Amino acid sequence: MIFDPFLIRAALAGVGVALAAAPLGCFVVWRRMAYFGDATAHAAILGVALSLAFSLSVFVGALVVALLMAGLVSVLADRGLAMDTLLGVLAHSALAVGLVAASFLTGVRLDLMAYLFGDILAVSWGDVAVIWGGAGLVLALLGWRWSALLTATLNGDLAHAAGIDPRREQVILTLALAVVVAVAIKVVGALLIGALLVVPAAAARPLARTPEGMAAMAALIGAISAIGGLWAAFAFDTPTGPTIVCAAAFCFALSAGLGGLRRREDG
Amino acid sequence: MSLLSLQGVGVRLGGAEVLRDVDLSFARGEIVTIVGPNGSGKSTLLRAMIGAVRPSSGQVVRASGLRIGYVPQTLHIDATLPITVARFLSLPVRRNRGEIAEALDQAGVPDLGARQMARLSGGQFQRVLLARALLETPDLLLLDEATRGLDQPGSAAFYRQVEEVRQRLGCGVVMVSHELHVVMSASDRVICLNGHICCEGKPEVVADAPEYRALFGTGTGGALALYRHDHNHSHDHDCGHDHTHEAAE
Repeated sequence: MIFDPFLIRAALAGVGVALAAAPLGCFVVWRRMAYFGDATAHAAILGVALSLAFSLSVFVGALVVALLMAGLVSVLADRGLAMDTLLGVLAHSALAVGLVAASFLTGVRLDLMAYLFGDILAVSWGDVAVIWGGAGLVLALLGWRWSALLTATLNGDLAHAAGIDPRREQVILTLALAVVVAVAIKVVGALLIGALLVVPAAAARPLARTPEGMAAMAALIGAISAIGGLWAAFAFDTPTGPTIVCAAAFCFALSAGLGGLRRREDG
Repeated sequence: MSLLSLQGVGVRLGGAEVLRDVDLSFARGEIVTIVGPNGSGKSTLLRAMIGAVRPSSGQVVRASGLRIGYVPQTLHIDATLPITVARFLSLPVRRNRGEIAEALDQAGVPDLGARQMARLSGGQFQRVLLARALLETPDLLLLDEATRGLDQPGSAAFYRQVEEVRQRLGCGVVMVSHELHVVMSASDRVICLNGHICCEGKPEVVADAPEYRALFGTGTGGALALYRHDHNHSHDHDCGHDHTHEAAE
């Protein structure tokens, strides 16, 4: 049963999302924009509703709305609103507007639960291709801009002095975030994308000495969570997306414990 | 030959005028200190020089291919970001092991490469920032309150290091500081800033200028003389260590 094609597709989809989300999640954590991921993801529900209404692909609809949302957050943040308040307003409003918009869709069967919580067991080979394509794009983007992104994350003025425009790097991160949200919405759903971004990165923190080490470790933890969660969901007959996030949370608990022990030894 | 010049630069931040009519020019091999009270626009001036702030009037002209080494006032590294000193020095340009060791040595903190940035003391952190600026082999070194949080022997040692760097690289140095006494004595030129340039010239001239006195009072006139003595003297007590390295502890 473990070699059933749908399980292989699910595993590939989960691992693909985890690999792209993990290094991106590190930046999300370092820049303290954890809720930025949630805001973008919640907005994607609106994108799903719109794409069904206009018979576009869900990926395109989610991507466009996630990009718009990310742009809106950046513009409003420059106007001096506190980031946490802003994200709180936008994340929940976007989710609410998305759900209301979905209720207008008559005649189209919309399984909203599938987009809120994901349905990894239903991914097709086409979905797997989109996910790996998106993941590859995000990883290439991060790899290309890695040093500049890291410098801009450390300090905007240091970046300026080195000839790097921190705003441009912010745009690149935002772009990558929108792509990950759009490809991940089928796998873990809009409500849990934020978890796949933040939890593996947080779990990797105590185990890493360098930014690159943390990104690689987060990718590993993300991939293990995806496969472990898939297995556990099958074994215990639980919903797959949430089980994957539970597996990641378990990794976080383990590494936090390990980090605590190590600190005591250093102590 | 001017490395960088500001021509009639004015800066407005959030509607408030922070700088107006600033004309300045910085040359190779020169140590220039910018002094001024809180909120006088010192840091804004440096940020305009590195391009982080866009002037609302006038212009900043950099020599073509100008390499700037910048030591910021504060650098908070988030606790969630693990980074060793060596990795930090390799940003954004990759440096090899030898270059990193040499820069740390020149900044007075050898053997720190493998340490986590978050675990450094204030003095070590500032020196690592200096080492990072040195790796640029800068034409112009900009220091924004670089000795913040250092004790007096520590900052005196830090400025001696800056002086050495200037001699070796022949770069221009622009420093912003509160510590008038320590800084002014090491400078070729002092600029007294309070939204605009109040006065500028040799340290002795500025210390006697009425504009400077109006801002800082007369008390610092004595301090200027006081801090001209050599800090690398031996103490009476027998503590058995070299005071020049105290700042690195």
